[in-house]
Amino acid sequence: MKRPILLLLATATGLPAQHSFTPADIENGGRLFRANCAVCHGAQGDQVPGIDLGHGKFRRAKTDDDIAAIIRTGIPGTAMPPTNFTDFAALTIVAYLRSMASAVTTTTSGGDPARGKAVYDRNACATCHRIRGVGARSGPDLSDIGIYRLAGELERSITEPDAEILPQNRHFRGVTKEGATITGTLLNEDKYSIQILDSKDRLMSVKRANLRESAFITDKSSMPSYKDKLSHQELSDLVSYLGSLKGAEVK
Amino acid sequence: MKVRWILFALAAPALWSQISFDRVLNANKEPQNWLTYSGTPLSQRHSLLTQITPVNVKNLELQWVFQSQSLEKFEATPLVVDGVLYTVQAPNDVVAMDAETGRVFWVSPYQPSPDARTCCGRVNRGLAILGDTLFMGTIDGHLVALDAKTGHQIWNATVAKAEAGYSIMHAPLVVKDKVIVGTAGGEYGIRGFLAAYDAKTGQEAWRFYTIPGPGEPGHETWAGDSWMHGGASVWVTGSYDPQLNLTYWGIGNPGPDWNSDDREGANLYSDCVVALDADSGKLKWYFQFSPHDDFDYDSVQVPVLADMEWHGKLRRVMLWANRNGFYYVLDRTTGEFLMGKPFAKITWTTGLDDSGRPVRVAAANPTREGTLVYPGVQGATNWFSPSYSPHTGLFYINTWENYSSVFNKLPGDYVEGRRFTGGTPRSPVPSLRGTQVINRTEEEGYGVVRAFDPKTGTRKWEFKMADVTGSGILTTASDLLFTGGREGYFWALDARTGAELWRASTGGPVDSGPMTYSVNGRQYVAVSAGNSLFTFALRQ
Repeated sequence: MKRPILLLLATATGLPAQHSFTPADIENGGRLFRANCAVCHGAQGDQVPGIDLGHGKFRRAKTDDDIAAIIRTGIPGTAMPPTNFTDFAALTIVAYLRSMASAVTTTTSGGDPARGKAVYDRNACATCHRIRGVGARSGPDLSDIGIYRLAGELERSITEPDAEILPQNRHFRGVTKEGATITGTLLNEDKYSIQILDSKDRLMSVKRANLRESAFITDKSSMPSYKDKLSHQELSDLVSYLGSLKGAEVK
Repeated sequence: MKVRWILFALAAPALWSQISFDRVLNANKEPQNWLTYSGTPLSQRHSLLTQITPVNVKNLELQWVFQSQSLEKFEATPLVVDGVLYTVQAPNDVVAMDAETGRVFWVSPYQPSPDARTCCGRVNRGLAILGDTLFMGTIDGHLVALDAKTGHQIWNATVAKAEAGYSIMHAPLVVKDKVIVGTAGGEYGIRGFLAAYDAKTGQEAWRFYTIPGPGEPGHETWAGDSWMHGGASVWVTGSYDPQLNLTYWGIGNPGPDWNSDDREGANLYSDCVVALDADSGKLKWYFQFSPHDDFDYDSVQVPVLADMEWHGKLRRVMLWANRNGFYYVLDRTTGEFLMGKPFAKITWTTGLDDSGRPVRVAAANPTREGTLVYPGVQGATNWFSPSYSPHTGLFYINTWENYSSVFNKLPGDYVEGRRFTGGTPRSPVPSLRGTQVINRTEEEGYGVVRAFDPKTGTRKWEFKMADVTGSGILTTASDLLFTGGREGYFWALDARTGAELWRASTGGPVDSGPMTYSVNGRQYVAVSAGNSLFTFALRQ
């Protein structure tokens, strides 16, 4: 029931929405936004001065179609590049932007990033995650997670890791005809082969013809829930620390 | 043991392991891999793989193509590490793929600053690797380190200001624990430099300005304030001699390119090769090919290092076919000039004196009306890699022959971020460039592969093309030579005779250096052409 309410709220913020989308469309728009837009605009959409995409504050666009057109053609002479999205895909990004203001809520606030770093270390998060070259690769790299994820989303990933598993974080398990098991993160696939980063950090291309069985593990995250393992303060600090991770610039 | 074997058979890159600098230094011990831009730090672009031979090369066929999502020129030479191929989709997206099939593992996108300025295309020529980290220079003047397993950035260092015209085009060079890059921007009035960065942290370890500042030796070779915007860029990867611990780099033209009125003097270290201590960046020696250059004859060629008998004793030499039209041999310990000889038609000089300095023809100097000079502005050769084969003992150069430009000089003041070239060279004959049908007609000059005896500069054979070429040359220990041209052909020639043995039509100009590697016992040859990477192997 949560999603339809979000959709209604979305139409109530900023400009009137002129198209209708399913919750799945909006989720997909969010994925496109995070993968293609957030690096400049930020997860909140407010990183470019004078623009706040999550709150209907645009420099040029007046309608959803205006925004979609800019997403597709870019703005010449600025950092805004053209894309090869279809009209529909661009409009799903707009729908996501419209939904952002009322998106996943957070219970944390006022966390301290330095203390959050200690929480990260204490809980051995680097056993699976990696930040700027330190840690393991079996879980998502967190070097710039603060750009791509809102506080509420980070919190949810820590307390309810199974709630949303991004396609790029799906795990693969295969058994060869000879009985050997191969596991890893699924990177790419085609009719004949599967590309993974395996559990020993090897980039592997596996021929399907050599597999007896194979499956993508999509419903369950390898990440345990920290819901009952962290105090509210620790969770706030950890979310604050992760939110501060915004890339690899050498100062 | 059985399981292990099965895994290996199943998955090509089963043995990916850390790339120590020792492995890069001894890259010839694992010819299945290609671990640095020119194959090894000696930069001979010569492979010890011999599965493909002059006899069977006729059976070479396309295995897979990687089509880049970019309309920029594809100038990168890939790296191959234990079955994983890494390349750069222009301008700066790093791509990892399965070297056997071309299936992509990941793409690491990079959005350069809109302030990036490039003289001649938003291009990149490749990557370096150390440990499990890849290094790339960007067109907006950054050096980034990426996790070779995932493509995630580990660090991102600002090398120089993009808005002032600084960019990085070439593949970085790893020496020990450092990553060395230089700055392009010779047409934007930069003050060029080379800098080394700590591979782990991205902190700058040393910097060598290619134009000496006040108080430094060589500063007097620039009149007035001309040193501040004198160019002397770096845009092709250097070499490294581990015994001497010297790293060698070719330096670009002085600026403004074609109007030298305000930069009286030799303009060091423009158009030089510099030999730097790899740990400190201190200058050990330099040799200037074209003092006080008026023709944009960048010396940004790959320094090819070889050890050969020279007048009865073994000598550590450097082979250099320069954009100015001369082939040089230098002693790479001291920088001593050993010989120099033209390898194409030259009119800007009457020849070299005993010290290797060119004797200039005053009438060739650019004027307001223009002077006709050979070689033309793109040079008798350019940045594309030559090759030296220890097996044939020959040095191979891709040459532009019978090629000229009309050089005129124009006034112009330096403005940050604007072009600062002092002229507009043009072709003396009508050009078809820009028609999208053909690049240059034969009367504008033509491309030719030339094989030389490196000790004498005597030509042994040549292979003519109709159009010019922007392709590097790869040789193999089975005496094959691979190269291409702007016509879009990719050729295999007999390295001993120059005979054409095989060709493929790629449908786009070859503006990159070919390379070769092997996976699971099968040899591949790869070349970037047009906007795609093509990979060939023997028919099975």
